[in-house]
Amino acid sequence: MLIPHPLLGLRDAQEFTYLGDASLLNRPDAASGDASNAFNDYVFLRDNPAGLHRELWYHEQGDRSWLIVTRNTVTHEVLGAELARDYILKAELPA
Amino acid sequence: MRFSGFRVIKEAFTGHKGWGPLWRDPAPKPEYDFVIIGGGGHGLATAYYLAKTFGRSRVAVLEKGWLGSGNIGRNTTIIRSNYLLPGNEPFYEFSMKLWENLEQETNFNSMVSQRGIINLIHTDAQRDAYRRRGNAMILAGADAELLSPDELRKKVPFLNYDNARFPIKGGLLQKRAGTARHDGVAWGYARGADTHGVDIIQNCEVTGMRIKSGKILGVETTRGYIAAGKVGVAVAGNSSRVMHMAGMRLPIESHVLQAFVSEGLKPVIPGVITFGAGHFYVSQSDKGGLVFGGDIDGYNSYAQRGNLPVVEDVLEGGMALMPMIGRARLLRSWGGIMDMSMDGSPIIDRTSIDGLYFNGGWCYGGFKATPASGYAFAHLLATDRSHETARAYRFDRFARGYPIDEKGVGAQPNLH
Repeated sequence: MLIPHPLLGLRDAQEFTYLGDASLLNRPDAASGDASNAFNDYVFLRDNPAGLHRELWYHEQGDRSWLIVTRNTVTHEVLGAELARDYILKAELPA
Repeated sequence: MRFSGFRVIKEAFTGHKGWGPLWRDPAPKPEYDFVIIGGGGHGLATAYYLAKTFGRSRVAVLEKGWLGSGNIGRNTTIIRSNYLLPGNEPFYEFSMKLWENLEQETNFNSMVSQRGIINLIHTDAQRDAYRRRGNAMILAGADAELLSPDELRKKVPFLNYDNARFPIKGGLLQKRAGTARHDGVAWGYARGADTHGVDIIQNCEVTGMRIKSGKILGVETTRGYIAAGKVGVAVAGNSSRVMHMAGMRLPIESHVLQAFVSEGLKPVIPGVITFGAGHFYVSQSDKGGLVFGGDIDGYNSYAQRGNLPVVEDVLEGGMALMPMIGRARLLRSWGGIMDMSMDGSPIIDRTSIDGLYFNGGWCYGGFKATPASGYAFAHLLATDRSHETARAYRFDRFARGYPIDEKGVGAQPNLH
């Protein structure tokens, strides 16, 4: 598989380390009343879809950036990648 | 139809015209007491023990493809009970005991061959770890022997003992482990279940679940609605997809594991051998092919095929361990989809929905567990209580802080 790195172009997936579902970016609020349940779900439960999957890859053998890669889990087709940092920055901007 | 030596001779003299189908091909009835989703090894074993041992009738197995078309036909056929942790080892030893009597139980030649498994030791620390594991196995009633390098050289002289980086310092042997004919296991259980009245319904995919007030009423299928008293899901690889129909999220990711077989060779490998410095395991089938595999590819997948970097990694492991493998030609490779759970151990449990039961999360160790998984799941379905060897396989073990993590890597499925 080749991953289209937004800064470095097409890179071999072997240069990356795989973490899992991109929802791992959405860490629950530790101060909320239901934090214990929320963290249980966050750490242990996954959607695990067959089809499109947004997932975190770390460019360990490259520029050490975290990417959010959109990939089809049925065909292994990679549909796109963005820097996780950009995604977080966008999410923090006021609507 | 029962098999016997006498019957084989009789059929040989009468042109083999007396053999019939091993199981019926019934149309689904509108209602069953028990519906098992998944006609693979675990589902068929569950139906078999449910009907025979627990005496339940009105049982159906629903299979979306043909019987045994999933992982029961895609594994590397190894059976063993060399686990470490108390939540696992008694269960796998129970499975080993069921394997030892499987052919008598099902009157089917499953080719259970107790040719032994050797886990190789390359460092002093690894020897300590395997000594501990061997003792844990013995405590659970299994067998284990620590082999010295000299004993090992007598058994398997062809290994690369003096590899500068990964010298072989010994091995942990379980003599009662070995291999079995994977398809034969599914067929034996299928015929046994059918004989005890179980309806095995193929080409019948479950497309939805009818749930009302927290209780399951039945399943929607491609062959119509089937009402059910209790529904057992045994579809490892696709667990998340099926349980999604009941609105559940699971502590599971699906990953692809590849396996390989070489051309047929004369007998060279006496049992199962696992490399302790990389991830590579190998045995030789009765047809002569070297059957081997290694790590999962490491990313979520439902594709039933992997990528080349892992092929290279597995073959490098083989070359480091036994350089003679480089002279054999690779015949084929394939992939299977694993339920990789958050602690590397399976789940056999009730769910929050009344009447819905789950069996899955087998990672890449499901084949060896087939008999015990079926027995324990049937026990749970019939009695509503966990079998004594499967009590640790609960959904809530993560929330309670009691994961069964043999490798100690935490909630990262691609590392188990």
